[in-house]
Amino acid sequence: MEQYAAWKAMIVAGESTTAWQKFYVFFYQAFLENDRWQQYLSGVGTTLLVTLFALMLGVVLGVLVAIVRTAHDQQRPGRHNPVLGFFNSVTKVYVTVIRGTPMMVQLLIMGFVIFASSRDYVTVGALTLGINSGAYTAEIIRGGLMAVDQGQMEAGRSLGMNYTDTMRFVVIPQAVKAILPSLGNEFIVLLKDTSLISVIGGKELLYAARGVVSRTYEAMYPYIGTAVIYLVLVMLFTWLLSIFERRLRASDRR
Amino acid sequence: MIAVKNLKKSFENLEVLRGVDLNIEKGERVVFIGPSGSGKSTFLRCLNLLETPTSGEILFDGVSMTDPKTNIDEMRQRMGMVFQHFNLFPNMTILKNLTLAPVRTKHLTREQAEKKALELLRRVGLEDKAGGYPAQLSGGQKQRVAIVRALCMDPEVMLFDEPTSALDPEMVGEVLDVMKELAHTGMTMVCVTHEMGFAREVADRVLFLDEGRILEQGSPEEIFNHPQQQRTRDFLNKVL
Repeated sequence: MEQYAAWKAMIVAGESTTAWQKFYVFFYQAFLENDRWQQYLSGVGTTLLVTLFALMLGVVLGVLVAIVRTAHDQQRPGRHNPVLGFFNSVTKVYVTVIRGTPMMVQLLIMGFVIFASSRDYVTVGALTLGINSGAYTAEIIRGGLMAVDQGQMEAGRSLGMNYTDTMRFVVIPQAVKAILPSLGNEFIVLLKDTSLISVIGGKELLYAARGVVSRTYEAMYPYIGTAVIYLVLVMLFTWLLSIFERRLRASDRR
Repeated sequence: MIAVKNLKKSFENLEVLRGVDLNIEKGERVVFIGPSGSGKSTFLRCLNLLETPTSGEILFDGVSMTDPKTNIDEMRQRMGMVFQHFNLFPNMTILKNLTLAPVRTKHLTREQAEKKALELLRRVGLEDKAGGYPAQLSGGQKQRVAIVRALCMDPEVMLFDEPTSALDPEMVGEVLDVMKELAHTGMTMVCVTHEMGFAREVADRVLFLDEGRILEQGSPEEIFNHPQQQRTRDFLNKVL
């Protein structure tokens, strides 16, 4: 503490300092002074929370959209359900709009137009991310469902089982295996994209770093520190996912 | 039992079936032969509405299959189907493959279904595979299981869509044996096959399909030994 004050004074005065002294001062200033590490920590907490919420919302939306679109596409010719047709159009618009506009723009619109009066930036951010993720997850799930051999559906139906049962017991369990790796990837993309909610004031990790930068006028350590934290988180989750996938594959070799 | 009237089916601009008329009696064993692309498989798949006919009518026990008011799931429960590529469910054990449909459609209770499945497996010599997965079986074993799976629903008619075409030659025999045995039980059977020996031995009636029409039909003796049409003769010369 005293050493920090002394060396900081030397740097401010323009006296010559060693690399170690500079590192110590800037590191201390970026992470330790005024217990700033707590801001980063609570930022990481928010980041993880937002990721989790957005992922759950994304999966729920994605499953709904994928089911509507797949069921619509698999109707027998000449037997079109108008209700399904309506929902199918809705999901098409949803996927097109979400995938066709930048996430940052979506966040700004949600934060400053649709929920302009809300002060709960984190929730608005998580909601936007979830809605965004849903469109991508829907395509992942739809791809997984379509990747299951058409003969599986035919076999189920030829035995007299209805569409729902055949999907539930035959097609979906096989699709899940194909979907999980991509879903894990989507999770990692989401984790990094949470950094965007700082633009609408969501107090996540990057927001904490930006706060420190604006108070210390020193960008390098907070931002590189933030990058390292994201990297460590992503590596951690990648590792966990790879263990999970290995377990899944092990059951293939029965 | 099955009456087909002027059945037509087109895919986009391709006319696969150009008007097929056919009556199949209960207990009859009908075998379709013909060059690839003649519409044999499409015809078979129309019978249980895996393909929706473009026009024409299919009556099963007097009930129209194509009528939108017909409960197609109930009708399919009475018609078993065996596919060229087996289409067993790879995510389930053999026993689960066999009992899923009977239990879900409330045709049998779980206990009844398992009892029946094991009994039928024993008849095709595969009872020791009940707990295994399809990936552990050979092609011939898979197809025998697929036949048993269809039989577990107690169907009134069995449809076979080239059941031996995807098999190694050495495994064809074991599947044909099961089908012959089934034929001896008096099951109504409709087969699409390239196994002329099987057709000759088992069929009550052989139909030669060409370019979406039944060109010639008759007893195996008539078709194989005294074909009337030049087209039939050419085809048989190539395959026999």
